[in-house]
Amino acid sequence: MKAESGGRTESQNLLAIYGKMLEIRYFEERVGALWRRGMLPGSVHLYVGEEAVAVGVCINLRQDDYVTSTHRGHGHLLAKGGNMSKLMAELYGKKDGYCRGKGGSMHAAAFDIRMIGANPIVGAGIPIAAGLGLSIKMRKTDQVCACFFGDGASNQGTFHEGINFAAIWKLPVVFVCENNLYGVSVPVSKSTPVVDIASRAVGYGIPGKVVDGMDVLAISDTAAEAVERARKGLGPTLLECKTYRYEGHSRGDPAFGVYRTRDEVEAWKKRDPIEKLRQHLVSSGYITLEQDQEIRDSIASAVEEAVRFAEESPYPPLEDALRDV
Amino acid sequence: MHRDERVFILGEDVVFAYTFAVTKGLKDEFGEERILDTPISENGIIGVSVGAAIGGMKPVAEIQFEDLLLLAMDQVVNQAAKMRYMSGGQTHVPLVIRTPGGFWGSFGPHHSQNIESFFMHTPGLKVAVPSTAYDAKGLLKTAIRGDDPVLFLEHKRLYQMQGEVPEEDYTIPFGSADVKREGDDVTIVATQLMVHRSLEAARELASRKIEVEVVDPRTLAPLDKKTLLASVEKTGRLVIVEEGCRTAGIGAEIAAIVAEEGIGYLDAPIKRVGVPDVPIPFSPPLENYVIPDAKRIVSAVESIVR
Repeated sequence: MKAESGGRTESQNLLAIYGKMLEIRYFEERVGALWRRGMLPGSVHLYVGEEAVAVGVCINLRQDDYVTSTHRGHGHLLAKGGNMSKLMAELYGKKDGYCRGKGGSMHAAAFDIRMIGANPIVGAGIPIAAGLGLSIKMRKTDQVCACFFGDGASNQGTFHEGINFAAIWKLPVVFVCENNLYGVSVPVSKSTPVVDIASRAVGYGIPGKVVDGMDVLAISDTAAEAVERARKGLGPTLLECKTYRYEGHSRGDPAFGVYRTRDEVEAWKKRDPIEKLRQHLVSSGYITLEQDQEIRDSIASAVEEAVRFAEESPYPPLEDALRDV
Repeated sequence: MHRDERVFILGEDVVFAYTFAVTKGLKDEFGEERILDTPISENGIIGVSVGAAIGGMKPVAEIQFEDLLLLAMDQVVNQAAKMRYMSGGQTHVPLVIRTPGGFWGSFGPHHSQNIESFFMHTPGLKVAVPSTAYDAKGLLKTAIRGDDPVLFLEHKRLYQMQGEVPEEDYTIPFGSADVKREGDDVTIVATQLMVHRSLEAARELASRKIEVEVVDPRTLAPLDKKTLLASVEKTGRLVIVEEGCRTAGIGAEIAAIVAEEGIGYLDAPIKRVGVPDVPIPFSPPLENYVIPDAKRIVSAVESIVR
């Protein structure tokens, strides 16, 4: 289902995309605030600014399609259709979290929707995605796997090994590189000798495409082609989305002032994918300003409900530490 | 593979099987769809296997030499072994990784290691270390029929050893040690090739009126502590023979278990026979010097019997 297919489908699709991006934005902003208040153990990597990528890709997926993710995985889980309350409880380390509190932010996984987990080993999900693709091919279904990873992962051996496997065996995988221009503090220009990571697709004989990562409809359209190609058994695609994280890498890393300038961050925020779609929805008459406010209020209260759910959930019983080894 | 169509094999050169011929001929029987030659890409092979296992298949991955598993440590240790746990039991990884380890004869430092202890130290992995053809068949069936990742360590030198193997289907449960020889004076615990060298030492010692009991754990994880401790209770003496480096090796762990749970049984200090903390050298006399042989095992036993 393409975003620009027209008529009623289009408006429903656009609203779904808009709502999902807002859900991730509000969820992540709340997570950031909770973390700063010391409410969340460990570390969090926020997806704020990059919402268009997860949503633009996942809007093309079915529930039985797979997603592999990164250390910055909340957005992927929610875009795939995950439950905010169970994710929030996981971030708290609570019993009602997706992984019963044993994974946390960096391992949050929702197998019921085949989101097989955030993965903080940079690039580790890439060969796993190829393996999920192999299972699909061997089981002879028309599922696909969307494999998210960052610019940093594209310099790992797993990037080469995983994409090589998917290419030689024509596996139904869409490799989605979220190029947010920095590996922690290191600019991609210092770590990567090519401007477009998608150009590396040539080395595997597969299509490589660069997309504006702040334009959710462009991502959705390009991902739709890649997903269709994969479903038809024609093999993988490497999709690079040029995007930006509004916040620091994680924890106390500042959004700007150390390795990024305030001007740079502000310039990217002016291209905000959610705001851009909102203007389009309002100016094209899909929704009124009042309806927009209703949507926002409803998502904000769902996020609060997720926080309440997480706070009320108990910690797992101590014997859980020794279970499921 | 006849029994379960989800089972498939992947690895480097598994169709032609030049190196050790373990999978030779399987392509003719099961076809190219189930016997997959891969690129030389160890971390990729295991990563792909982890994904395929999560996706509902039962991969049996071959890593051409145990040493090369080190290229895949992330996928083995961080991914396969932890997936069930960190997902809170949402998934599991039915994956068998077969690999030949140990020394062969002047294969040098990168093709001769026994690194079984690395994996005994990894929660979430099962580690099988068969020493006979009979055990290999029964343990491999258990491994493939299970739901969790198993590292199935084979020994290059044992590929040539013949043994009785029944035609019929049988399995050997994990965590079930086998007493390969009974004796009342000293317990030797050993795995893989070291079982055979210990049996050779036991025959020599028998001629000197020392009766050795040789206990083969068969799996290091889970480890059959009960059989081990029962044997030490009977003999009062323990020698552990390993083909890995002594420091923090399987001998250290087994000795610690006996010290914690069976020190009262002991009439003499525990002895460990292993590779000194060096890589495996190429030159034949040097290699033979570092790999434990029957003579060294005999000396270790005599040192605590006399």
